[in-house]
Amino acid sequence: MSMITVKHLKKSFGALEVLKDISTEIQEKEVVCVIGPSGSGKSTFLRCLNKLEEITGGHVIIDGQDITNPKTDINKIRQDIGMVFQSFNLFPHLTVLENICLAPTKVRAASKEAAKQQALELLVKVGMKEKANQYPGELSGGQKQRVAIARALAMNPKIMLFDEPTSALDPEMVGEVLEVMKQLAQEGMTMVVVTHEMGFAREVGDRVLFMDGGYIVEENVPVALFTNPQHERTKAFLSKVL
Amino acid sequence: MDIIKQALPYIQTGLKVTIFIFLVALILGLVVGLVMALLRLSHNKVLNAIAKIYVNAFRGTPILVQLFFFYYGVNSLGFLSMDKTTAGIVTVGLNAGAYFTEVIRAGIQSIDKGQTEAARSLGLTGMQNMRYVILPQAVRRMLPTFTNQAIISLKDTSLLSIIGITDLTQQGQVVIAATYEAFKIWLVIGIVYFIMIYLLSLLASYLERRFEVR
Ligand SMILES: Nc1ncnc2c1ncn2[C@@H]1O[C@H](COP(=O)(O)OP(=O)(O)OP(=O)(O)O)[C@@H](O)[C@H]1O
Ligand SMILES: [Mg+2]
Repeated sequence: MSMITVKHLKKSFGALEVLKDISTEIQEKEVVCVIGPSGSGKSTFLRCLNKLEEITGGHVIIDGQDITNPKTDINKIRQDIGMVFQSFNLFPHLTVLENICLAPTKVRAASKEAAKQQALELLVKVGMKEKANQYPGELSGGQKQRVAIARALAMNPKIMLFDEPTSALDPEMVGEVLEVMKQLAQEGMTMVVVTHEMGFAREVGDRVLFMDGGYIVEENVPVALFTNPQHERTKAFLSKVL
Repeated sequence: MDIIKQALPYIQTGLKVTIFIFLVALILGLVVGLVMALLRLSHNKVLNAIAKIYVNAFRGTPILVQLFFFYYGVNSLGFLSMDKTTAGIVTVGLNAGAYFTEVIRAGIQSIDKGQTEAARSLGLTGMQNMRYVILPQAVRRMLPTFTNQAIISLKDTSLLSIIGITDLTQQGQVVIAATYEAFKIWLVIGIVYFIMIYLLSLLASYLERRFEVR
């Protein structure tokens, strides 16, 4: 059974139809990169996967549970889906450690000690242990994003969603974040990554989805999609970004 | 000096009443303000309308009329009898609550939407998000406006003397009736109010520094 199944997903904002008919399956441990021009609906697609956006039509099934079913407890499902945002969205009033411990202690009812222990381990993993007691405002962009990844990982998610995690970073900080993501992929995390980093998609992705105008226009393994795109729109897009 | 000595017990009594009513009304106002702010932000049209009517009713009428409404008006209906103090607390509390509603609503709305998204994506419920993520940040931003309203409410309590509540202002009148020393007594009463408000603003700036956003 696939980890994520998307069937005829539709999403409109009022009269604006952003996702027109999206269907795809993502397997456990698969790393799927989503690329496409600005406004093509990449973020919206990602945000439908954990229902940050109300879904207009179709189905999204996460590990066997249909989140479009109103009876599904979405809070429970979200505990298993980490999300990393372009703008980090760390909690500025909490220290790095508190940022990471908040959800495990309040949502999973983990003990403070256990949560702290795990948070420190995650901080080691993302190379941020020295900053445990700092506030987000005191960190660089790359450091913030690594903390945000640790915060999402603290819930032991089955899936990680990334929405352009490096787009707000200075170029010299992109590498440190991609490195953490790459390591995560190697450990077998199921990942959906909206990105402009074609190098990352090519190297780390198992599959690339090219979105345009509310549809998945083309999907393939990275090498094939990048070297031998089938659709005109894919070719046009790739010729601009590669 | 003699007059001050004579006035002191009255001032003490009045001060106690004023502080008591102010504190209880402030708490009432904050609780009502928070609840109404959440209603204002809810997507439910009815709840939304209730909060809007509440805010407009209290902001759109003089507090003295509100006081008479509760003490004379509501009591005259006969189904409940509020004593003076209760009517006073209800008036000042609900009046402050209307302003707090708007302050809290604006404070909550000023927090970036990304905060809620991050919290919800971690599995926090709407309430947990409010409690642990949004309100702690919003409160810091609201503190200066809170202080302003608290000071206004403290001054508003002096109106309660009109229905005979033995607050600081009313006790001043009592002393003057006995001593005919209007100038000195009102000066002293004024100074006492001034000191209270000064202490209140000291407390507020301490809290602001304490909760400064890093
Ligand atoms: N909350 C919203 N309300 C109304 N329209 C929205 C909303 N969110 C997104 N849209 C619109 O939906 C379309 C797709 O937006 P989306 O953010 O999914 O694109 P994207 O592919 O992520 O683009 P980018 O590469 O610029 O991030 C855009 O036209 C956008 O203006
Ligand atoms: Mg986007």
